[in-house]
Amino acid sequence: MAKVLVVTSGKGGVGKTTSTAALGAALAQRGESVAVVDFDVGLRNLDLVMGAERRVVFDLINVVQGVAKLQQALIRDKRVENLWLLPASQTRDKDALTDEGVGKIIADLRTRFDWVLCDSPAGIERGATLAMRFADEAVIVTNPEVSSVRDSDRIIGMLDSKTVKAEKGERVIKHVLITRYDPVRAAKGEMLGIDDILEILAIPLLGIIPESQDVLRASNVGSPVTLNDATSAPARAYFDAARRLGGEQIAMVVPTERKGFMNRLLGRKAA
Amino acid sequence: MSINLLRLFGGRSATAPVARERLQILLAHERGLLGQPDLLVTLREEILAVVSRHIQLDPDKVTVKLDRGKTVSTLEVDIEVPNGFEAMVRGGRRAAG
Repeated sequence: MAKVLVVTSGKGGVGKTTSTAALGAALAQRGESVAVVDFDVGLRNLDLVMGAERRVVFDLINVVQGVAKLQQALIRDKRVENLWLLPASQTRDKDALTDEGVGKIIADLRTRFDWVLCDSPAGIERGATLAMRFADEAVIVTNPEVSSVRDSDRIIGMLDSKTVKAEKGERVIKHVLITRYDPVRAAKGEMLGIDDILEILAIPLLGIIPESQDVLRASNVGSPVTLNDATSAPARAYFDAARRLGGEQIAMVVPTERKGFMNRLLGRKAA
Repeated sequence: MSINLLRLFGGRSATAPVARERLQILLAHERGLLGQPDLLVTLREEILAVVSRHIQLDPDKVTVKLDRGKTVSTLEVDIEVPNGFEAMVRGGRRAAG
């Protein structure tokens, strides 16, 4: 049965789009059929991070308004055949998205894919509430930094009240994905630790993505980090997270590029 | 202990514990407020309804305040009652009887 997952955060710039692309590609690389859907109307970027920006013809709003059929708007990834992108509109207003229209598209996507990953815009306005509206599960992307954690807490409250699941008295399954984590700084007490974040947010951990130059390198060339260099530290962390989404139990480690001086000195094991 | 050692080693103080404590205090406050956005409105209306059964009140003269402290919170209800309300109560009873 298809799972609809929203990748959300409240705060901007924490890695929602990067994580949507990386998790979507990782799930597809494991043989599952995946649609990644950009909900950031007016500021779409998932197409760019996926390297499909020149192939966009129709978008989410065209489908909502009946101008295009869903299969006309879906773009198939050139590297992984069971990975598809539904882009957002760059020119239209987000008010063109209706509850009902989005509901229909999500219902349609459920019949075609194993996973539907909704890339939420930042903020708590209409775009963000629509992205989470029909979700079964949520990945809350959080940086180890006070404003990001605060906004994540706010988003968790919205997932518990403004989703279809919440209104039916059910629960959206929530996971926190910690991105841009620097184990060395955390060990020195310069950065919130994993335990701090988990205790404050009180939701289970999906994965820890280390701060890495590989993330920018991948987006520069329009490739999800899991496709661009599958052996890089962030890619391995995303692969682990994708397997956890599939229900596998995997030990939580922070992949590192090379064992740094501080790590060796401290003999620290990650999280 | 280990933090202190690291502090010596790094030459800078650990700021993460400060971040953690600030977040915990802030979120405890925000969750309370956001969890029950209408609590004060509801309290005010219900208190006003109960008191109004016995005393005529100006609804604008009823204030309900909630102060959240770290361990204990206080609920402050301030109702301004017009002078001579007893007469109004008796008058009301006579009219009813």
